[in-house]
Amino acid sequence: MAVESQTQSRSAALEIATAAAGGSEPAARRTVGDVTVPNPVMTCRQVNVHYGDKRAIRDVSLDVAHNEVIAMIGPSGCGKSTLLRCLNRLNDTIPTAVVTGTITLDGQDIYEKRQDVVQLRARVGMVFQKPNPFPKSVYENVAYGPRIHGLAADRTELDEIVQSSLQRAGLWEEVKDRLDQPGTALSGGQQQRLCIARTIAVGPEVILMDEPCSALDPIATARIEDLIDELRQNYAICIVTHSMQQAARVSQRTAYFHLGDLIEVGSTDMIFTNPKHRLTEDYITGRFG
Amino acid sequence: MNRPVPAAQDQSRIRERVERGLRRRYRAERRFRAYGLAAAVSGLLFVAFLFLSIISTGYTAFVQTYIRIDIRFNQELIDPEGKKDTETLRIGDYSGVFKEALREKFPQVEGRRELRQLYGLISDGSAFDLRDMVLGDPRLIGQTRELWLMASDDIDQLVKGKIDRKLPEDQRVISDLQLGWLDALTGEDRVERRFNRVFFTAGDSREPEQAGVLGAVVGSFLTLMVTLVLSFPIGVAAAVYLEEFAPANRFTDMIEVNINNLAAVPSIVFGLLGLAVFIQFFGVPRSAPLVGGLVLTLMTLPTIIIASRAAIKAVPPSIREAALGMGASQVQVVAHHVLPLAMPGMLTGAIIGMARALGESAPLLMIGMVAFIADIPGSLTDPATVLPVQVFLWADSPERAFLERTSGAIMVLLAFLLVMNAAAVILRQKFERRW
Repeated sequence: MAVESQTQSRSAALEIATAAAGGSEPAARRTVGDVTVPNPVMTCRQVNVHYGDKRAIRDVSLDVAHNEVIAMIGPSGCGKSTLLRCLNRLNDTIPTAVVTGTITLDGQDIYEKRQDVVQLRARVGMVFQKPNPFPKSVYENVAYGPRIHGLAADRTELDEIVQSSLQRAGLWEEVKDRLDQPGTALSGGQQQRLCIARTIAVGPEVILMDEPCSALDPIATARIEDLIDELRQNYAICIVTHSMQQAARVSQRTAYFHLGDLIEVGSTDMIFTNPKHRLTEDYITGRFG
Repeated sequence: MNRPVPAAQDQSRIRERVERGLRRRYRAERRFRAYGLAAAVSGLLFVAFLFLSIISTGYTAFVQTYIRIDIRFNQELIDPEGKKDTETLRIGDYSGVFKEALREKFPQVEGRRELRQLYGLISDGSAFDLRDMVLGDPRLIGQTRELWLMASDDIDQLVKGKIDRKLPEDQRVISDLQLGWLDALTGEDRVERRFNRVFFTAGDSREPEQAGVLGAVVGSFLTLMVTLVLSFPIGVAAAVYLEEFAPANRFTDMIEVNINNLAAVPSIVFGLLGLAVFIQFFGVPRSAPLVGGLVLTLMTLPTIIIASRAAIKAVPPSIREAALGMGASQVQVVAHHVLPLAMPGMLTGAIIGMARALGESAPLLMIGMVAFIADIPGSLTDPATVLPVQVFLWADSPERAFLERTSGAIMVLLAFLLVMNAAAVILRQKFERRW
């Protein structure tokens, strides 16, 4: 049985490879592994994204579970960041982007007309590749979200939110004496943790991270990875990464994307020790990508 | 498998060739730098020459010759009936007063022509000064005071050395008789050059010694205020809309192209537009700072819009994404992040536009701001003129003394420009330091 599925996926991989070489668009591939989880926070079903004529991702279905880190890996241009940006509708800002399929948050379709995108982004926070604190003070950076969403009734409450967010982001001890200094004056790793603090200050349910450590040195990366592991207690986290070691270290589930297809999903242990699909195997063993 | 490695002699030949090329490259670089330096230096020289010529002709405009003379406030001339009310005092014959003083000073002068020449020593404007003195203190009537009165423009020019005394009399605006009187007065220490207060406190006048730039300065100020108040908010709002909210379609493309075209339209065309639309259609009073400001707004808007759009474009997209990712609405992204970051660039654009508007004269000629206006404008609808038009008017006047005043007005205009540019730099630094 196992042997049989192995053969099937090998032939499928072959088809995709030829299609990619030949240029004509093949039918979507069935994803290997179980894309669903019991009681998910977010679900994606048959999601397609076009940028103008170009299809970025194709028929992707994937669930995001509570208190879990899911890593999205794959070679450049495979659509993993595109999917991530669909989850908080940041693709809306690109005029040519068209998203079809359904994405839900707690069972609510987030692309529905009734869905307010401002509210969605308060519930699904995002941390970007390059640390991008606002050119304001450390305090103002963290207080910005609570302020625009009216989360704090008065200054003391706001102070509390800022402090607890910075504490949870592991930055409080380093910045508590210089809250009024510009956030842009911090080091790269501190800036990224500031961005994480800023994101959790509005109390999101899901945190999206788009290669959060690619601009950081190994020590800062290790701190962020520890932080991600801690944050898992309270949030669902989707992380896009180019580092397979990072995916293996921080995530519980891993999804492998290739040329816009979701090739394989499974527990991180399974993906990295016993990948079912040949493309996955080739990628994680470093044969391409 | 590998590509063939060049042999040792090949490598030395390659090095030689690179070396030869290097020398050429460095030579070209030095040459290029020299060209640049030469261009910068020649530019500076031109500016220095311009400033030198303006200042050397214009600095004398800031002083004025005064003549000290004993004035008797003769009641016969000022207030023959002794009523002492303001109305009578206002219409008194004050030029008679200083003419009488001159006659008393030089009693030997006789005959109508000679007397006219004698009276020509003192500016006609002195009559107004005497009147204002009497109106301020009517007890002066009947008393004698030693006063410094303004010399007429020709005397002033002679004292400043702008008229050559050695010219034959028929080629000189000052007659030999006048020269003699003046020398006599100088001998008694009765001639003095003083700071020309009138130049900074009076409006325009037909008489050079009574003409000042204050009217034009106030006119320029009011006009620019209208321009700034209208063009900055409109320009920034248009730029924000076009950059942040406008859908990308034909219509917005057309708007864009037209804004860029407007920036290149000759300014006099805006004057014609202002004349047709603001004055003839909407009935805004002509020659007024209001209509001038409206016209200059039209002219300045494209500059401000283009500069503001560039400033908005320069805001890093990561900041925009960060704010959007936090759940900020589009307006909040613009108001909290984009505008503060783009503000220095927008201010620079606005000040450049304002500086251009300050120096503009052509469109204002079309809307009647070229009229002779002696009063200092008190409101936006009073007739007014502006500094560059004042320069134009004075440059056009035949009197010798207007030459230095033209340069003087240019210096005032340049001082204004310097102040505005300094303000731009200070504002920009202040805004940038906040972040």
